[in-house]
Amino acid sequence: MSTSSRPRGTGAAPGTRQADVVRIPRPAGGPGRGGPFAGMNVPAEKALNFGPSALRLLGELRPERAWLVLVLALAVVSVAFSVTGPRLLGEGTNLIFAGAVSKNLPAGASQEQVIAGLRASGQDAQADMLGAMTLTPGAGIDFAALANVLLWALALYVLASAFGWIQAYVLNGVVQRTVYRLRERIEAKIHRLPLRYFDSIQRGELLSRVTNDVDNISQSLQQSISQAVTSLLTVLGVLVMMFLLSPVLALIALVTVPLTLVTTALIAKRSQKLFVAQWKHTGELNGQIEETYTGHALVKVFGRQREVEERFREKNAELFEASFGAQFISGLIMPALTFIGNLVYVGIAVVGGLQVASGAMQLGDVQAFIQYSRQFTQPLAQLGSMANLLQSGVASAERVFSLLDEDEQSVEDAGPAPVGGRGRLVFENVSFSYSPDKPLITDLSLVAEPGQTVAIVGPTGAGKTTLVNLMMRFYELDAGRITLDGVDVTSVPRRELRSRMGMVLQDTWLFGGTIRDNIAYGRPSASEAEILEAAQATYVDRFVSALPEGYDTVLEDEGSNVSAGEKQLLTIARAFLARPSVLILDEATSSVDTRTELLVQKAMSALRSDRTSFVIAHRLSTIRDADLILVMEAGQIVEQGTHASLLAAGGAYALLYEAQFAAPAAEV
Amino acid sequence: MLWKLLVRYLQPQRRLLIAVVVFQLAQSVASLYLPTLNADIIDLGVARGDTGYILRVGSLMLLITLLQIACAVTAVYFGAKAAMGMGRDLRGAIFTRVGGFSEQEVTRFGPASLITRSTNDVQQVQQLVLMSATLMVAAPMLSIGGVVMAVRQDAQLSWLIAVSVPVLLIGVGLIVSRMVPLFRLMQLRIDAVNRVLREQLAGIRVVRAFVREDLETERFAGANADVTDTALRAGRLMALAFPVVMLVLNVSSVAVIWFGSFRIEDGSMQVGTLVAFLSYLLQILMSVMMATFMAVMIPRAAVSADRIGEVLETESSVRPPANPVVFAEEAGTETGTGTARGELEMRDVGFAYPGAERPVLSGVSFTAAAGRTTAVIGSTGSGKTTLVNLMPRLFDATSGSVRMGGVDVRELHPDRLWGHIGLVPQRPYLFSGTVRSNLLYGKPDATEEELWRALATAQAEDFVRQMEGGLDAPVSQGGTNVSGGQRQRLAIARALVKRPELYIFDDSFSSLDTATDARLRQALRRDTAGATLVIIAQRVSSIVDADQILVLDGGRIVGCGTHRELLETSETYREIVSSQLAAEEAA
Repeated sequence: MSTSSRPRGTGAAPGTRQADVVRIPRPAGGPGRGGPFAGMNVPAEKALNFGPSALRLLGELRPERAWLVLVLALAVVSVAFSVTGPRLLGEGTNLIFAGAVSKNLPAGASQEQVIAGLRASGQDAQADMLGAMTLTPGAGIDFAALANVLLWALALYVLASAFGWIQAYVLNGVVQRTVYRLRERIEAKIHRLPLRYFDSIQRGELLSRVTNDVDNISQSLQQSISQAVTSLLTVLGVLVMMFLLSPVLALIALVTVPLTLVTTALIAKRSQKLFVAQWKHTGELNGQIEETYTGHALVKVFGRQREVEERFREKNAELFEASFGAQFISGLIMPALTFIGNLVYVGIAVVGGLQVASGAMQLGDVQAFIQYSRQFTQPLAQLGSMANLLQSGVASAERVFSLLDEDEQSVEDAGPAPVGGRGRLVFENVSFSYSPDKPLITDLSLVAEPGQTVAIVGPTGAGKTTLVNLMMRFYELDAGRITLDGVDVTSVPRRELRSRMGMVLQDTWLFGGTIRDNIAYGRPSASEAEILEAAQATYVDRFVSALPEGYDTVLEDEGSNVSAGEKQLLTIARAFLARPSVLILDEATSSVDTRTELLVQKAMSALRSDRTSFVIAHRLSTIRDADLILVMEAGQIVEQGTHASLLAAGGAYALLYEAQFAAPAAEV
Repeated sequence: MLWKLLVRYLQPQRRLLIAVVVFQLAQSVASLYLPTLNADIIDLGVARGDTGYILRVGSLMLLITLLQIACAVTAVYFGAKAAMGMGRDLRGAIFTRVGGFSEQEVTRFGPASLITRSTNDVQQVQQLVLMSATLMVAAPMLSIGGVVMAVRQDAQLSWLIAVSVPVLLIGVGLIVSRMVPLFRLMQLRIDAVNRVLREQLAGIRVVRAFVREDLETERFAGANADVTDTALRAGRLMALAFPVVMLVLNVSSVAVIWFGSFRIEDGSMQVGTLVAFLSYLLQILMSVMMATFMAVMIPRAAVSADRIGEVLETESSVRPPANPVVFAEEAGTETGTGTARGELEMRDVGFAYPGAERPVLSGVSFTAAAGRTTAVIGSTGSGKTTLVNLMPRLFDATSGSVRMGGVDVRELHPDRLWGHIGLVPQRPYLFSGTVRSNLLYGKPDATEEELWRALATAQAEDFVRQMEGGLDAPVSQGGTNVSGGQRQRLAIARALVKRPELYIFDDSFSSLDTATDARLRQALRRDTAGATLVIIAQRVSSIVDADQILVLDGGRIVGCGTHRELLETSETYREIVSSQLAAEEAA
């Protein structure tokens, strides 16, 4: 064995080594994670990679494309109807106008006579106007025709609203399903990330991506898609109408488009960074909040409330600056576009006036054109104002994507499942370190025969828990290999490997469900009787039966309504129920009182009898009858043997043993 | 609650809001005036081919537009500042309020929900204020202006406004009121998503070890489906709002033309008036539509405001005293009552969780003298941790009194009380940062030397020296990047740096090997001379030399004395000892 290793803390330190991760190609220039501990120092503000990210967000809608086509179709119909509506109303107005005019004309005279009369008296303009109408002099308003036109308008409006409603209804489904998939993918991603990723993040920051960012994406998609479609269609429709009326004036109106684009782009460029900062700060603030609420008691007793609040205030102020700036700058788009709209309006009026003066255009046409130009600039301004919604949404989407793009665990070799062996676990010249310049385990070899109980002892930080992490394949080896029943564990899918292992960890973890569900976590298919059996064997039944709700007691947030020792018992019951072929107990009973521990151990030895087990314990009493005791120091096995042989050898183990039992034994 | 919250938290922003109203008003007046200019350009300019007039009025129009824009921009500036400022204050208020909560309130809300309330819920209220400041202020002005103009045009036709506006309001009201319960559910379900995911992140190793990724994915899918389902239902109602508004708006226009035609026919109205009336009606209804845009945001914001209000109105069950007792002489160790400051006394203390059948603790009385070590031992679930939590008032005793330095802890200022206590909790939680930032937690101005001394006492010096960066080595949230034993020792060092008068070690040696444990306790005695030590332990070896050992069973003290005395007097203690020796003797 090499002696060059130096001890290092077990557990993961953030490393940059990529041995156990696969790079997933990400779009060129795509932003990555802000480095390890991104929450603690302020990385340089990243600009929003708007185009690619927006396209990718749109790509997320791909599974809904059939629905989107329907939304588009419905929007076209809806827009068509609501554009036609005003024309019908205009016709109605014309009928009324014609009626009002006719009424003042002498009854019996024909329209031609009236017009001729007007021309004769030099009122050419009025003659032109009347010439464009259908008049029955003296008849008054044609109510039948008016009712007919208005009923049509009514029908169109009802249909437009109906289609608009269906469109919004369908779109709502599209957006919510897309957002559902995003959350689903984030969650699935969590299970594919290497463990070392979680050592470098703040939980609350990640949570913020699932709640705050996804929420923001949902709201921006919902509002921008339907508006974008309607506005775009209106712009196109009106543009066609304008070209039909007057190509010259239409060209002037068309100037609006590049002006709008340039203005929006100029403003958006400035607000983008702020939107990115807004959501980044939201995430970081969420991280700070989560951490403070988790360590609530410590913050109080250590009198840190003021400092914590101070740090919170700073972050909170940063968030304020970013979100205020983002809203203000992006809020400039709408007024700027209104100004452009008015500018073009005046331009059209001037040129239109000249056209009328030169007789190139009829007054009515110029009037109609001006009405259209209003209809043209308004949706354009709306499109511009949507830019800020969209930017905010894309900034959030980018945060979600950057999580989805994190490097994953190496892909599983879908090799043949190992023959169900009896659990012979072998370490062959294993080397491992959490960071490349700090070797932890070097050239370690050991053999655990089926059915053996192997105890690992040694000072804290010697690498005992790391050994367990490697057996479970939580981390990948730097060199050497680990085999289970002769099969290299890296050739077995992780799930396959882990389902053959049972583990009770130092850190108890229970989820917010009933006690029954928490025990059944070890084997969801277990029957009620089996759950009860496991509970009885591990002395869980004793305290559970004293609870008013028994096994239906719901564990509150991370199990704060049962004591630490009871939690450990529950985790043991969970492993007991799993009946794995290799059992790993890492300080499984450290918080359990010694009387209960003694009883639990009896049950455990029954459980251990027919399977390979690894036991890490500081209390040497708990491992004295192990078949093999490995003494670890600084990442290496310095001694191995049975309790008796190691004591006789008088080495490291004997020293440990002496230190442990000298005091109490002398007292009694 | 929404209103109450807004009134209270917009108070500091009132100057900004007044500015918003003023500038929005100016903006609206400009936009009411612009149509007249538009009409003039057509009627007097284009129709006559008068280019000079068009340019003159056009310049005026652009000038007014510029003014309007200046007003709009200023209004947006103040509005955004007010809304975001309110959001900031609200987040700060929640954070401070939660900071004052006892463990009981934190557990009742659940951290996951408290987190959602601090960010997501505030976001909803903030968004409403932002939209109000930019849209809502202008909307009523435009609609009132519209009503005035319309009535002036033709009072007889105004009944149409009197009909259509209420119809619109009732329609929108019906839809919006149905959205409220859905959004209440929605925020609850976001809490659930948060909770499931937070649990997964905390238990990631267990999930992987037991290969329960599928089960977890299923659990999350449930929460995800729930939130999606609610969002779908709320979204469908929202989808209805705009078509309804548009329908009322358009039907009103049709009605104006129809009924107007009769008045024109009988000569009591001009066609031009009808057209003008129509355009004002449209303006009114457009404003109402803008208001609808806001209205659909109100339900979610209202629900969020309720949730925020609930946190802000919850009083901590552990309240600081109105007139805190101050220890007589801050510099000395005497309190003026003749009792050492670090002395801890419990008098007939009982504790029961609200609604629980049995008390966790009852009739607990003892004194932990300064300079002495008091150990607590007892079976799993006997109430040891609860006992410890009463000392720094993480909970308050439900009966009896906990006294420190001769004063009831409820009469001491919490800052003072906590300043005297060094706690090492059972779950040695570390904060993300560095070794140094964690050690400085109790005493921010501690010197490098003090830190190393504490590390040496806690038997953590060696491994910290070997860590990359030493004191500046990174520590991940919860301390997951160091081993359990290292985490415990760092937590012990953190308490030592603080140099308090009372140390509480809640099962703090459980992850240490026995040799380290022994060395640590030896160093501890040297380093904490004069302070009161309360140690909770499972192992007799950890407490055998304590000055006083309390044996806890079922929430009561069943034995008290030294190791030797207890061996003679306490049956329970003998059982505990023999359970440990049985194993050892056999070895």
